[in-house]
Amino acid sequence: MKAIEVSHLTFAYDDTKTTIDDISFSVEEGSYTTIVGHNGSGKSTVAKLLAGLLEKKSGEIKLGGLDLNMKNLTAIRSMIGIVFQNPDNQFIGSTVRDDIAFGLENHCVPQEQMDDIINLNAGKVKMTKYLDQEPTRLSGGQKQRVAIAGVLAMKPKILIFDEATSMLDPQGKDEIKKVITQIHEESSLTILSITHDIDEVANSDAVIAMNNGKIAMAGTPHEVFSDEKKLKEIQLDIPFSMKMQGALKRRGVNVGNHLTMEGLVKELCQYNSNM
Amino acid sequence: MPIQFEHVSHTYSTGTPYEYKALYDINLEIEEGKITAIIGMTGSGKSTLVQHLNALLLPEKGTIRILDRTITAGEKPKNLKSLRGDVGLVFQFPEYQLFEETVIKDVAFGPKNFGASEEEAVKKAKHALSMVGLPAETYEKSPLELSGGQKRRAAIAGILAMDPKILVLDEPTAGLDPLGTVSMMSLFSKLNREMGKTVLIVTHDMEQVFKYCDNVVVVENGKIRTHTSVQEFFADSSLCREMNILPPALIRMKDLLKEAGFRIDDNIQDLDRLAYAVARQVKKHG
Repeated sequence: MKAIEVSHLTFAYDDTKTTIDDISFSVEEGSYTTIVGHNGSGKSTVAKLLAGLLEKKSGEIKLGGLDLNMKNLTAIRSMIGIVFQNPDNQFIGSTVRDDIAFGLENHCVPQEQMDDIINLNAGKVKMTKYLDQEPTRLSGGQKQRVAIAGVLAMKPKILIFDEATSMLDPQGKDEIKKVITQIHEESSLTILSITHDIDEVANSDAVIAMNNGKIAMAGTPHEVFSDEKKLKEIQLDIPFSMKMQGALKRRGVNVGNHLTMEGLVKELCQYNSNM
Repeated sequence: MPIQFEHVSHTYSTGTPYEYKALYDINLEIEEGKITAIIGMTGSGKSTLVQHLNALLLPEKGTIRILDRTITAGEKPKNLKSLRGDVGLVFQFPEYQLFEETVIKDVAFGPKNFGASEEEAVKKAKHALSMVGLPAETYEKSPLELSGGQKRRAAIAGILAMDPKILVLDEPTAGLDPLGTVSMMSLFSKLNREMGKTVLIVTHDMEQVFKYCDNVVVVENGKIRTHTSVQEFFADSSLCREMNILPPALIRMKDLLKEAGFRIDDNIQDLDRLAYAVARQVKKHG
């Protein structure tokens, strides 16, 4: 089953430039898919098109088998949740509890159910202790966790993260990555993460690399990172283990393609002449 | 010595329920003409420390010497304006502070404020804008029309236009994409090498510290935990791990190789030398 199917999607903010230029891709249900590419490559625009926040110029978008059009917009919106980059731009409530409740109130969820839903989702992002705190007293990472809880409360099938960790400090990044991984492991949610974090990409099920509004590469991390020529062309960063492999190759040591340092060292050990 | 802290402490909101002691008895000398990284956890006091450099914050106790000026606790600082011309401070997310109608006006604001004529200010602004790599067609645009990375560059140009001797940057690459980060860091490196500017960078990114900086100051709970050369700091990962900092990828790779029985010298701090050392220790295969 495909959670997302996009075919020949085109979009432009104005007449001068086509931001999304005839792209087609699909995302497996329940997968953890990453989208990479430079700023301006069209990644965030794709996310907004999927959520129906922008209107496509042409092409087709299907979410959970349902066509994204005006008739289905409400159904599609309830299927999809987005967490954006800036933790300060998406905190609406005066407390953590109010913030998580915001979406529920909009959907007229009865008060007696609301508390349970809030507690359950605050627990998933480990913010139960902070339910009555004001946003000003929270770190960036904590605010993003609240944003995730607010989105989870709406029971989406697809969760999109639009550079959700890029404005956070190392500790905050780590917290969010762990929460996302855990949510993915414990649920059947499809995760689509727009990211610059090369380790997150290496650990995902599938990668879509965008460049100039087009899809430059798509496949498993292994497939994408194996195409050195193409990677250079679109100036995409690669995992450190692959840089090391390249340097070893220039010294006459040929090893397989490894996306992690651990994998590379494990292979090197077999040839260690000190042993 | 261009920057010297002697027994400097700072407390926010003294005498109120929000009183918070941010810096304790800081003694620190920053080397002239180098790039120094200021690192530490969020809330450790890094930003408080650097905001003392152009007297945005004043010491509660102690003395700060910057170039030929002295700021002493309890005394009204003199020549503030000339100090602020010499020490350019770029805040976190400086693009939020762009305010003029056009990019060129925004960048020229600083020099004009420091007494330059309109013509001179525009000339300085154009020079600064070219240094940060913003093309001429952006000059007459509204800052709001620029992309995120371009806005950041415009804001930094606003500081460079005042031609400061010391450049202080508080997390200058936060939120930028990898290419934007590289070009930003290359710019600071160039300002340091080619124009002799002393640069201080507050950062969380150890890859940047490793690749671009000369010295490291670690701030922890309002105190200086360590102040050393980058080479020394990353000689092995023990200092980083002790302070709960993820070491740069190359250092992590060295750790893994050592654990696996390879002999790797502490002095090796670049990829090619590391590959050479490993290649010498593996048998022919394949």
